[in-house]
Amino acid sequence: MRITRTSIAALLMLGLAAAPALAAEAPTEAGTSFRTATEIAQGVEATASGSAGDYLYWSFPADAGGRPTVKATVKLPETHAAETWQIDVYDGLRRRQACQYGAQTRTADADTASVELACVLRTVRAWSEPWADDPLPGTYYIRLTVVELATSDLGLPVEASVRVDSKDIGGAAAVDGSLAEPLVPGVAMTSASEDSENAEEDGSAVLSSIDPEDGWASGWWSDRWVWTAVGGVLAALAGVGGYALTRGAGRPPGV
Amino acid sequence: MITRTRLAAGACALLAALTAGTAFPAGAAAGEPTGEDAPKVNLVLDVSGSMRARDIDGQSRMAAAKQAFNEVLDATPEEVRLGIRTLGANYPGDNQKTGCKDTAQLYPVGPLDRTEAKTAVATLTPTGWTPIGPALLKAADDLDGGTGSKRIVLISDGEDTCAPLDPCEVAREIAAKGIGLTIDTLGLVPNTKMRQQLSCIAEATGGTYTSVEHTDELTDRVNQLVDRAADPVVTPVATEGADRCAEAPALKSGLYTDREEFGQQRWYRVDVEPGKELRASVSVGADRAVNPSYGVLLRAVTVHGREIVRGEAAGNGRTDVVSTGVRYPKADSEDASTEAVCLQVTHSFSAASGVKTTPGLPLELTIDVVDGPSGSSDVASFGLGRGWWLLGALILTGFLAGIVWGWLSRWRVAVWRTN
Repeated sequence: MRITRTSIAALLMLGLAAAPALAAEAPTEAGTSFRTATEIAQGVEATASGSAGDYLYWSFPADAGGRPTVKATVKLPETHAAETWQIDVYDGLRRRQACQYGAQTRTADADTASVELACVLRTVRAWSEPWADDPLPGTYYIRLTVVELATSDLGLPVEASVRVDSKDIGGAAAVDGSLAEPLVPGVAMTSASEDSENAEEDGSAVLSSIDPEDGWASGWWSDRWVWTAVGGVLAALAGVGGYALTRGAGRPPGV
Repeated sequence: MITRTRLAAGACALLAALTAGTAFPAGAAAGEPTGEDAPKVNLVLDVSGSMRARDIDGQSRMAAAKQAFNEVLDATPEEVRLGIRTLGANYPGDNQKTGCKDTAQLYPVGPLDRTEAKTAVATLTPTGWTPIGPALLKAADDLDGGTGSKRIVLISDGEDTCAPLDPCEVAREIAAKGIGLTIDTLGLVPNTKMRQQLSCIAEATGGTYTSVEHTDELTDRVNQLVDRAADPVVTPVATEGADRCAEAPALKSGLYTDREEFGQQRWYRVDVEPGKELRASVSVGADRAVNPSYGVLLRAVTVHGREIVRGEAAGNGRTDVVSTGVRYPKADSEDASTEAVCLQVTHSFSAASGVKTTPGLPLELTIDVVDGPSGSSDVASFGLGRGWWLLGALILTGFLAGIVWGWLSRWRVAVWRTN
């Protein structure tokens, strides 16, 4: 019995470990607003060409139990004055999300070839109180822009690349409760048009059609099941051990 | 997409790479019905006398623009309705009044006949003034009608020569009409003043500004902008918030735009049924020069004025928007009825000195009413445990229980023996 249970758990764990996405086609464009943000998958290096002064937007899906890290590199023109670049990450409600670590803002000295930025978000949780701004499963927006630059550098061509990877935090971040729908903007319209199968709505643009590679987590599974089950089995074994220790040699002969 | 890529390959390898690259996985292919009108793009080209200057890759600015236009026309996606407007192409004289009216539609916005459009472009010779403001107004009129995305691409090599009409304010007026128009600007071999003016025009409408020093940069950028127009985007619905909750417009799930002046507050109302969750996010755009500290506050308030939840954001420095959002799950109970939730939006932008404060700043509001979340009765998922402390506690408890059980049975045997 114990072997079966452990092997099922092991299989499930293996399935989770194998989950990280296969590389999808890498976008070579960026949007210029929340509405037009280019959707990218996690683990894919997206590139874009733009001008210094543009606000470049991407969006990516993040699911419960993951801790996303956003990394961006900007290749600057050969000659330029000192300029400061910044990445900001917003959640599906367009609330700015804090970075735990990483150089979110960095100043490139005059004539440096590139600047690298990073932002490690908080762990995404399945549920939070409505008054909190904890990261929830759904769409996340990246905004990359220059926040300080000389007028003479305005509009010069730059190349940007971004990549999002998630660290799986696992059961430690498994909280109770879940959202009915992930925090994806326009999800009410999307699900409504799916329900009614309205021909007019088909193929029309949606605010965000983002999905993780293997769908949103149901919120049912976490490795807490394994820990609790293993704990139960060990408790039973310890019980048997304790019993054997004190019960002595068993019933006397002839009983 | 296939057609697009093939055409581009004919033009030049660099262009092909760009076009293939811009093929979005999620984008609509050529001719695919999107349920919306075709996107419209109006290219506005400066044909003023200064375009004669030979400082782009050894050729004149005009020649560079012509070459770029030819390549762009080849690579334009089928579904885009493209038009070309000129400014300063016809009047060579010195009269400012006449010179500043000199803008003409070279090729009307509509289905593209590449040969005809190219022939028209070939006839251009650098001539007159630079009436950017009037040209933008006319270009916006050219794009009137339809619900598809609209974009003006302005290519200029000099600042506006038709004061006092400020093209930057013209752009803001056009954006405030709520027709969802974006103006992107490109400056050929720009100087400081021109950079400021062109980027001001772009910012006023949420567009982009690019400095161009080489022909291929011009081609790449215009192609990129035309392709951007072809991407399907959600068109927001224009609404007008009220000063008080009682008069506020009732909104359903969707994307809305509005304008909010400095120091003004905007109220909207959303009906939330029991067991549903309201999600609202708001972005206020800085479409002009604003002072460096700003913020936005979104409050969800009951009809009686009690605050339910608020979202706030603040920042400083250069920005395009400042945004925040709120979530309000309405509890599902037997006696609950549909609740009207009032949303109050205020922002704390302040206009930089000398900047006009009307029209108001653009405001974008997203409303989603979805099923409510399942409740959380414990911090841990299903109240399950995890970690070595848990295992230790369980093992210890089990062991102690085993010992007690062992003692008990020993005692029972002893009792049975004595009897």
